[in-house]
Amino acid sequence: MTGFMVDVRGVHKSFGAHTVLDGVDLQVRAGEVTALLGPSGSGKSTLLRLINHLERADRGFISVGGELMGYRRSGTRLHELKEREILKQRTRIGFVFQNFNLFGHLTVLENVVEAPVSAQRRPRAEAEARARELLARVGLSDKTDEYPRRLSGGQQQRVAIARALALDPDVLLFDEPTSALDPELVGEVLEVIRDLARAGTTMVVVTHELGFAREVADTVVFLDEGRVVEQGPPAEVLDHPRHARTRAFVDKVL
Amino acid sequence: MTSDLGARPAAPAAAPEESLKIVPARHPLTWIAALVVAVLVAMAGHALATNRAFDWPTFARYVFQKSVLEAVGLTLELTFFGVIAGFLLGTVLALMRISRNPLLRAVSWTYTWVFRSVPLILQLLFWYNLAILYNEISFGIPFGPSFVSFDTMSLIPPFLAAGLGLGLHQAAYAGEIVRAGFLSVDAGQREAAAALGIPTGRQFRRIVLPQAMRTIVPTAANEIIGMVKGTSVVYVMALPELFYQVQVIYTRSGRVIPLLLVATAWYLALTTVLSVIQFYVERYYARGALRTLAPTPLQRLRAGWRRA
Repeated sequence: MTGFMVDVRGVHKSFGAHTVLDGVDLQVRAGEVTALLGPSGSGKSTLLRLINHLERADRGFISVGGELMGYRRSGTRLHELKEREILKQRTRIGFVFQNFNLFGHLTVLENVVEAPVSAQRRPRAEAEARARELLARVGLSDKTDEYPRRLSGGQQQRVAIARALALDPDVLLFDEPTSALDPELVGEVLEVIRDLARAGTTMVVVTHELGFAREVADTVVFLDEGRVVEQGPPAEVLDHPRHARTRAFVDKVL
Repeated sequence: MTSDLGARPAAPAAAPEESLKIVPARHPLTWIAALVVAVLVAMAGHALATNRAFDWPTFARYVFQKSVLEAVGLTLELTFFGVIAGFLLGTVLALMRISRNPLLRAVSWTYTWVFRSVPLILQLLFWYNLAILYNEISFGIPFGPSFVSFDTMSLIPPFLAAGLGLGLHQAAYAGEIVRAGFLSVDAGQREAAAALGIPTGRQFRRIVLPQAMRTIVPTAANEIIGMVKGTSVVYVMALPELFYQVQVIYTRSGRVIPLLLVATAWYLALTTVLSVIQFYVERYYARGALRTLAPTPLQRLRAGWRRA
């Protein structure tokens, strides 16, 4: 439809009287890494949650892989999709939460196997083999039978990344993946994301790690008060910000 | 400032650390309390064993008598029926209560309100006398023609009326217990499941319910144990469950106390079994939630054996 993997057009979202997103456009090409930056309350996380339809936009449209999220188009009409169809659309999008949200009563392996088996109806043996492969990739081969609470925060987040990858999604969304971690555990999670970037995974990452954004992102998008203030290659936006608001933010964080 | 440091008591440098002996703190008051309780327990045991009014020989004669065993069976059946019906309907009520549809929410709320407000004994008498209210029950199109109809008296025998009454009453409480369980599960769990595209029914069965069980089980066990004893109210319907049966026997034989003891012993036995089951069920649902599970009594015994 548009040639972009993620295409956000004129999206508005408010919670009650509070406007969170005020006409946001965002385009992500396949194989690119986009970092969303901005002060807290700027709407970064909400934008991410709109992309996989965990929240519904008040106005504007979002498509992922050329498919409109949450609606089916016939002629000039848009039909709202049923929950079941939205769930199916989401299997093409991996989502990694700030607080991991691993299923505490399931082992690491069961966490990773659950969605491929129940949402994509893959044979269990095949899903388990793939899960072991992914857990090896994030360096947790020896933890497959542990329960999440027995792991460190960094390990839990790596399991969450493996869980998101298990669906073989077209795009991965990260919502502040290292914000809930102790400083010395941040590195191991960023290393996994860096590795995915090298492998050409399409990703949108909400982050406060400017150094990481500079190194890994192809595009940096700076949001403030629900609008995109500035976007471009990290060398431009982070090192030579044109907008005063961006400059102030970068100076404060770095 | 430096003089403060110097004034600290010196570490016992003379003795190497392994050779230091730890003297446990003494708790004399605990010992006195334990002694008092021990005497009281001995007195109670003595009274139970020696007072002839308890009439243990009669107790022994009746405790395993066929009619009593049958009554225990009926008590169990009623409990089982009431609990299963109660928690199935309760889960439906809880789901209605958190539904998007305002009518479903209102109906669930009203049901809970009515069935929690009216005493169980009154509800049971209503069900027992249902035949007076409606002498025919028919199935068909609502407000339209009916396909089949039954005589209420034959369709709802006393056992069914009792089981139904207990179940419907229990459902009002079970609904709230299940709802509390749902609320106790972090919203992020549902959200993660939704983000992974896991089907809605499966989100509920596989992700939310097993974690809700940790909150549900202790309260539900309370309710189930309450139900074992609650079945004794059914005596108003002249159903020969345990309590009714011992009453029948002692009005015939005049030996009130030993037969009340028979009922007491059976209720104790039933709740004991249930408490043991509760321990293991709770332990099952705690996996993953605790870093290490509490040992079972058997494991504790074995560990103690090894230490000795």
